[in-house]
Amino acid sequence: MMIERRYYGEFGGAYIPEILVSTFEQLAAAFREAKNDPHFWTEYVNLLSTYSCRPTPVTWAENLTRHWGGPRIYIKREDLNHTGAHKLNNVMGQGLLVKRMGKSRVIAETGAGQHGVATATMAAKFGFSCTIYMGEVDVARQRPNVFWMERLGARVIPVRDGTRILKDAINEAFRDWATRMDDTHYVLGTACGAHPFPEMVSYFQSIIGQEARRQIVDRAGRLPTRVYACVGGGSNALGIFSGFWDDPVELVGVEAGGRGLATGRHASRLASQDGTPGVAQGYKTYFLQDSEGQMKETHSVAAGLDYVGVSPILAALRQEGRVRFEAATDQEVLEAFSLTLAKEGLIPALESSHAFAQAFKEASDLGKDDIILINQSGRGDKDIFTIADAFSDPEWNKFIQRKAEENHA
Amino acid sequence: MLESYLRNRLDEKDILLMTHIVLGYPSLADSLRIVEAMVEAGVDLMELQIPFSEPTADGPVIVRANQRALGAGTTVEDCLKLAETVAHTYAIPFLIMSYYNILFRYGVRRFVTAMAHDGLRGAIIPDLPPEEGGEYLDAMQAHNLAPILIFSPTTALARMRYIATFGRGFIYCVARKGVTGAHTDFSEDLAAYLRRCREATSLPLALGFGIKAKADIDFLKGKVDIAVLGSQTIRIMEAEGIGAVGDFIRRLR
Repeated sequence: MMIERRYYGEFGGAYIPEILVSTFEQLAAAFREAKNDPHFWTEYVNLLSTYSCRPTPVTWAENLTRHWGGPRIYIKREDLNHTGAHKLNNVMGQGLLVKRMGKSRVIAETGAGQHGVATATMAAKFGFSCTIYMGEVDVARQRPNVFWMERLGARVIPVRDGTRILKDAINEAFRDWATRMDDTHYVLGTACGAHPFPEMVSYFQSIIGQEARRQIVDRAGRLPTRVYACVGGGSNALGIFSGFWDDPVELVGVEAGGRGLATGRHASRLASQDGTPGVAQGYKTYFLQDSEGQMKETHSVAAGLDYVGVSPILAALRQEGRVRFEAATDQEVLEAFSLTLAKEGLIPALESSHAFAQAFKEASDLGKDDIILINQSGRGDKDIFTIADAFSDPEWNKFIQRKAEENHA
Repeated sequence: MLESYLRNRLDEKDILLMTHIVLGYPSLADSLRIVEAMVEAGVDLMELQIPFSEPTADGPVIVRANQRALGAGTTVEDCLKLAETVAHTYAIPFLIMSYYNILFRYGVRRFVTAMAHDGLRGAIIPDLPPEEGGEYLDAMQAHNLAPILIFSPTTALARMRYIATFGRGFIYCVARKGVTGAHTDFSEDLAAYLRRCREATSLPLALGFGIKAKADIDFLKGKVDIAVLGSQTIRIMEAEGIGAVGDFIRRLR
């Protein structure tokens, strides 16, 4: 009858309106039962190893290693998941819970569209009806993902309130849930929000860290010196970091530095001085907000990192000093992206490229005996419109114009 | 003391009216005029919403009002100042409605002290369940202010009883699932839910979400003590101007 709450240090909690209390209770109970059921994790791993590409490999980046002349660089390949990112892990896990709860409809928020596509994919596979909330601004700039969501059978609803981006899509998904909780589960995309979401999402993503630790020890014969992951909401970072909590491994979370921390045009809640504790969207964490608690606009070249809050688990880990947080600027990210492409033939998502950028900046701190592991949380090739824009590729622009003219004719 | 005010009022009227406004929408000066119009039309108490950038429990009409108020530069200080002015000008009780982050950033104890100083009588914080509200509830009690807690149709009787132990003044009963402003069926289901609310607490009951017309209020007579008007008065103001708001309220009883 009382709300189940969970705090990480002073962060987390369950700041939810009364109308949703019983729904959160039901979800927390279903998650607890699943977690205690030894068959559940087996079912989850089996699903991901047949429907997606688990375990995803760890790749030795031999050319990048030689290029920097320092530590051996390894890359965890979450980009090889079906739908192109780690997002699928969480979504399939929550899909299994939806089946256990006997619900028939899923809703989700999406920023760039990756989580929306992953959720629509899961809904198609499991036979759920699916509605995706997406800020109007994002709908306009991410048409390819909207196209796939709709083709997968989801209804995509453009959110016209607020700043019309990810946080507004989250608010709208909550409003839907408060109306239709009986048959609907809200598939939150990251380790944020009210309990049990932070714990639940990081539980599903912990498969990344479990595999990565085993793989790096197999390949390199020992643990990495450092592990790098980009941090938007924080789910891929918590996923890979969780394999190394008890090890003498330095964990580095890389946030969006945008145009530079000094400009204020960024999305660094933990690495900058601009984030302050607050309570919104159901949980307490560091937010980019003004002194009165109104949320600010954020900026990043990578839409998936462009969010005002951050996982309460990461906020606590920062306070404990267990994870170090840094920021990579848009410019550094594009350079790291190009270098990775040129040297390794890998196409990291712009989000993931933040982890690469920071690893490259720090490569010279370490010696040849050191090992670093970078989480390539997603692939960039399917974001060709966004990435070509980020590079202002002239031939691409001509192609788009030609296409537009053809369609017009 | 809020409760005794309500009980006295209920000796004379079969149902009380509580109205809601978003401070700073369309402007602070207009907010003052709207309060004046509502008090003159005979409302019994009012909730003054301090705008927040993420009003998760609100529907489109109030969401937009929040955004426009913030867009016009409305600050928390502006809102508290206006609240103090109206609380000292008019005899009816005024409550603050806002989301927890506004209090949290201001400092919960400091905020509650300011409310007491400004002559406000209580507060409604929809995203703060009692389990998370320890500091707030203690401060409200210390200042003899009423924390207005919320029942919903999804709240079990046992939990209603638990929530009621923290409530003062009255209980705000959400009429249905969903957010503010959408359609509510004034039906037997609603009446059954309200009987459950009544069973859980001896505090007066307010019903909000979706009240639009005199028929809705007539339905509620004898079932709740207070009818809450939110989105509908904003719609009327937007369509017909502030002057129409008072007439609308007068026609409700």
